[in-house]
Amino acid sequence: MALLSVENVAKRFGGLSALEAVSLSVNAGEVYGLIGPNGAGKTTLFNCMTGLYTVSDGAIRLDGVPIQNRKPHVIVGRGFARTFQNIRQFANMTALENVMVGRHVRTRTGVLGAVLRDRRSRAEEQVIRDRSRELMEFVGLKNRGRTLAGHLAYGDQRRLEIARALATDPKLLALDEPVAGMNPNERREMGELFLKLRASGITLLLIEHDVKLVMGVCDRVAVLDYGKKIAEGVPDEVRRDPAVIEAYLGGAPS
Amino acid sequence: MDIFVQQLVNGLVLGSIYALVALGYTMVYGILELINFAHGEVTMIGAMVALAVIVPLLGAGLPVALVLLLAILAAVAACMALGYTIERIAYRPLRRAPRLAPLITAIGVSIVLQNAAMLIWGRGYISFPPILPEGAHQILGAVVTDLQMVIVGLSVLIMIGLTFLVERTRLGRAMRATAQSREVAELMGVNVNTVISATFIIGSALAAIAGIMVSAYYGLAHYYMGFMLGLKAFSAAVLGGIGNLAGAMLGGLLLGVIEALGAGYIGDLTGGFLGSNYQDVFAFMVLIMVLVFRPSGLLGERVAQRA
Repeated sequence: MALLSVENVAKRFGGLSALEAVSLSVNAGEVYGLIGPNGAGKTTLFNCMTGLYTVSDGAIRLDGVPIQNRKPHVIVGRGFARTFQNIRQFANMTALENVMVGRHVRTRTGVLGAVLRDRRSRAEEQVIRDRSRELMEFVGLKNRGRTLAGHLAYGDQRRLEIARALATDPKLLALDEPVAGMNPNERREMGELFLKLRASGITLLLIEHDVKLVMGVCDRVAVLDYGKKIAEGVPDEVRRDPAVIEAYLGGAPS
Repeated sequence: MDIFVQQLVNGLVLGSIYALVALGYTMVYGILELINFAHGEVTMIGAMVALAVIVPLLGAGLPVALVLLLAILAAVAACMALGYTIERIAYRPLRRAPRLAPLITAIGVSIVLQNAAMLIWGRGYISFPPILPEGAHQILGAVVTDLQMVIVGLSVLIMIGLTFLVERTRLGRAMRATAQSREVAELMGVNVNTVISATFIIGSALAAIAGIMVSAYYGLAHYYMGFMLGLKAFSAAVLGGIGNLAGAMLGGLLLGVIEALGAGYIGDLTGGFLGSNYQDVFAFMVLIMVLVFRPSGLLGERVAQRA
C-alpha cells in the first residue's frame, strides 16, 4: 500500500483552479520528485497535504488514513513533516532550540510538569536535547547548536530546517525546493544527504526545479503543469515524455 | 533625602505589582499581537475571589496562614479558568478577523466583568481584613513593612520562575516558536491553540496574585480597581517594549518608581498647586512620551525585528 496517496485533489481559490483532479501515490522507502514549471501548483499541493490549505475536493491519505483538512499539527503527529521553499526558521532562537521545537509533537510535559520540574519532565527535557543534538550532527551541523538560527549560513539554514523536520520523527518528509539558491557543490552535498535520509528509512517527497538533481536522486517523478498531473514515472521515462518537454519548452520541435 | 528613599521603596513595591500584570499583557501580545484589555479586570476578579474566601473563612475561625493559602489558590484557579474562557469565547473566534475586532471584544469583556463583579460583590469598597503581619523595618532611612518585602520578594520569585519557564522548558520553547511564526510552529507539530490557552492561563495566574497584592497593600478591593491598574500595567508593558518579557518587568518597576517619585515631589514642583492625587498623570505621561519618542519601548528592538 502507498504511504501517501493523493486522490483527485482539487483546490480552487475563488474562480481560479490551482489544482485539478491531481492523483499520485508515494510508496514507502522511495524518493519521489514533484516537478513542474513555475506556477504549476506544486507548492499549493504541498500546502494541501500539510494542512495549511483545505482541499476543495478529493482525498489525501497517509498510511490509509485520510488527512485532508486536518490541522497541521495533527498531520505532523501522523508522521508527515515538511520544510519551506523560502527558509522559515525561528530566527531568534538558537539552532538547537529550533530542532527541539520539532520534538514537541513527540513529547508530553505540559504546564504542570514545566512548573514542577519533576523527575519525569526533567528526564524528558534531557532526551529532547540529546536527540536534537544527534539530528544536528546527522544533517552536518555538529557544534552549531548555540548559534542563533538567523545567523547560520544560507546552506546551513536549509540543513537546519531538515533537522527540525526530522525531529518530529516523520515517516514522510516533504522538502520544498531544498537546494534553491545553492551552488553546485552544495547541491551535490544535499543530494548525498537525501540518499542518507532514504537509507535511514524515511520516504522523501521532493519539490524541485533542479531537474538534474531530481533525475539523479528520485526513484519516481510526477510532473505538474497548470494544476494537472501531466506525467508520472521513472526519471528516464518522464524526461522523454513529449507532454513534459512541451510544458517546459513550450512545444516540441516538429 | 528620606522622602526620596521612601518613595523609591514605595515605587519598587508598586512597580513589582505592575510588572506582574504587565507580563500578562506582553505575553499575549507577543503571541497574538493582541492587546487583551480585559486583563486588568482579571486582576480585579483575583482580588475579589480572594476576599470572598478570606472573609467567611476567617469568620469561621480558621488559622490565618491556611486562610491566605486557600484564598490564593482559589483566586489563581478562578483567574486561570477566567483567562482560558475569555480567550476561548472572545478572541479565538476572531483569530482571522481584522485586528480591530478582538480589540472591541476585549473592551466588551472588560465591561461585562466589571458589571458582573458589581452585581456579585456590590458597588462599595470591600476592605481587606487586617490579618497580615504589620512589622516594619528601618532601611536607609525608609520604613519598609513586612508586606512590602513579601510583595517584592514574591514578585521577583515569580518573574524568575516565568523566565525559566519560557527560556528552558518545552512549553516555553513552543511559546517562543509560536510568537515568531504561528504557521511554522503549527507545521512543526506545535498545537498552537494549546500554547495560546497556556499563555492566557499563565498570564491570568500572575494577574490573580497581583490582584491580591494590590488589595492587601491598599487594604481594599473594588469592582472598578482593575481598570486603572490594567491601564498602568499596559503602559508599563509599552514602556519596556511590548512583547518582550524582560521589558515588561523593567517597565513595571520603572513606572512604579516614576509614579512614586512623581507623587512624592509633585507638590514641591508645582508649588502646592497639584497634590499627590495627581500621581496617575505620570503613568500616562510616560506612555505618551514612549509612544512619541520610542514606540518600540526600551527593550523593544527584538520585537521590531520580529514583526
